[in-house]
Amino acid sequence: MLRDDDRIFTNLYGYQHWGLEAARKRGDWDNTKALMQKGQDEIVEEIKKSGLRGRGGAGFPTGLKWSFMPKQSDGRPSYLVVNADEGEPGTCKDRDMMRHDPHKLVEGCLLAGFAMRAVAAYIYIRGEFHREGNVLEAAIAEAYEAGLIGRNACGSGYDFDIYLHRGAGAYICGEEMALIESLEGKKGQPRLKPPFPAGVGVWGCPTTVNNVESIAVVPAILRRGAEWFAGLGRENNTGTKVFCISGHVERPCNVEEEMGIPLKELIEKHAGGVRGGWDNLQAVIPGGASVPLVPKSICDTVLMDFDSLRAVKSGLGTAAVIVMDKSADVVKAIARLSEFYKHESCGQCTPCREGTGWMWRVMERLVRGEADVAEIDMLLDVTYQVEGHTICALGDAAAWPIQGLIRHFRPELERRILERKQAAA
Amino acid sequence: MSHRLPAAETLQPASFAFSEENLAKARQVIARYPEGRQASAVMPLLDLAQRQHDGWLPRAAMDHVAGILDMPPIRVYEVATFYNMYNLAPVGRHLVQVCTTTPCWLRGSDEIVAACRKRLGIDLGETTADGQFTLVQVECLGACVNAPMMQIGDDYYEDLDPASTVAVLDALAQGETPRPGSQSGRHSSEPAGGPTTLKDFTTEDA
Repeated sequence: MLRDDDRIFTNLYGYQHWGLEAARKRGDWDNTKALMQKGQDEIVEEIKKSGLRGRGGAGFPTGLKWSFMPKQSDGRPSYLVVNADEGEPGTCKDRDMMRHDPHKLVEGCLLAGFAMRAVAAYIYIRGEFHREGNVLEAAIAEAYEAGLIGRNACGSGYDFDIYLHRGAGAYICGEEMALIESLEGKKGQPRLKPPFPAGVGVWGCPTTVNNVESIAVVPAILRRGAEWFAGLGRENNTGTKVFCISGHVERPCNVEEEMGIPLKELIEKHAGGVRGGWDNLQAVIPGGASVPLVPKSICDTVLMDFDSLRAVKSGLGTAAVIVMDKSADVVKAIARLSEFYKHESCGQCTPCREGTGWMWRVMERLVRGEADVAEIDMLLDVTYQVEGHTICALGDAAAWPIQGLIRHFRPELERRILERKQAAA
Repeated sequence: MSHRLPAAETLQPASFAFSEENLAKARQVIARYPEGRQASAVMPLLDLAQRQHDGWLPRAAMDHVAGILDMPPIRVYEVATFYNMYNLAPVGRHLVQVCTTTPCWLRGSDEIVAACRKRLGIDLGETTADGQFTLVQVECLGACVNAPMMQIGDDYYEDLDPASTVAVLDALAQGETPRPGSQSGRHSSEPAGGPTTLKDFTTEDA
């Protein structure tokens, strides 16, 4: 188990005050100027060496992403955009960081923004997080007041602004190109890539979009050193991670743990175990709604990191662990996610706009067994027609949970169909 | 995708204008964005308008915002109809939004919806006759380890069961402000009964 000394988010649960004075006592804003004096390229190198991979779901190496930003401006300013549009079902970690430990994010914005030569950061927070946004706004104001950001931030000679931008209820805006469109005052419909944001992002300027957690861990990495972070977890899957454990466990919770912790240990140590004991486990969605579920047999041994979960055809995603015990109607659980994706499709690409509704309707019939056995393969085929055929990954995200269900629970789907047929006969 | 249309003509007010206070706020918001990029302020300004106009957004408010931001009105309509938090028709004083996505559903959101329906005497999508409550089902609100939960106005009510759900609604009906957050006594997102980590950080002193 991760030692408390190695935990970054020491006020994750908000027992202490979120404000600047308490944050300083927790180690935030401690000689930030010295960290900046390492120099921009050295900071990017440190983050690369730490092995930090993006915490928003895709797991792209953060330092590498920053290195795509131009070192010489062609006249256009560069921007850091923080994706705080947390809405992946099962995920509620960024919320805690923003309402309980906002100065980690604010300081991280300055350091990351400085490293990528940005003039400002825009933090795009989901509109429903109204109170959390108020806390973050107050933390930003405190940082301005104390001279930590704004003109000559921390006495470094570097000018850097931070602004909060509130969303208004659209899951799709968590997709980076949709988020950029939304920040420009448009419908949140993703743009085609290329051009990538580092070339043409918000307002046509070089932009990097990072998740809240990716940015909020930056000050700790720079203070304690890349080796410290890289020494946690395992190769290519380093550091700490805030996990969200929901569903059928005794004590659902958020907890910061070491990357690569066994799923079983995570659930048993922190969430009080599966309701009714480990043997009562049916399946787990290990990384938020978009990743395929894994049955108990895999949960017994799988490690919670990017590569381990990928090896079992699932994913770490946002590290939101949704647990289902044997009482759960697993088909209904996935059908409800299909409804979610149907509701949240932005409507731009035909395979997603039409496909999400089509898949949801078939899933609802499968819940009741109102289908032909052959329709299971037809549904699977449609998921492959949606996957990879849309501008953004929402189509993929709608397809994967169904693919996982069919991969691991085909007998359950067939049983419902046959039972219904027998009852009718 | 969801289909959202403006309210019927009969419900649309003839005009809308920001109060002086809100106009000043709008100017502050616009200043957050680079010069010439004032369209970026459309979402916060629509929110401001909705808050001024009893929680819903008439077309006149969209036109007013379009004028301030020098945007074609159709661009503002597109935004207002795309995002779920803009209410395009009148809503009750308390907008009760129950999350029913899988993590909440696994922990009994069906019972929370049923408790709301029974207590308020209305179905999903309806408003009570006295105009106090509107009840809707929403997608994941991002408080999954405190499921089931609902949002009312700007506040989250978490760790609900039918009894605590009714208690929250009762309090609102009596003009009180129930305490937001966990309704089962948890501090926030730590495991019930106390954290398994960071036990030295559970006091006020940093």
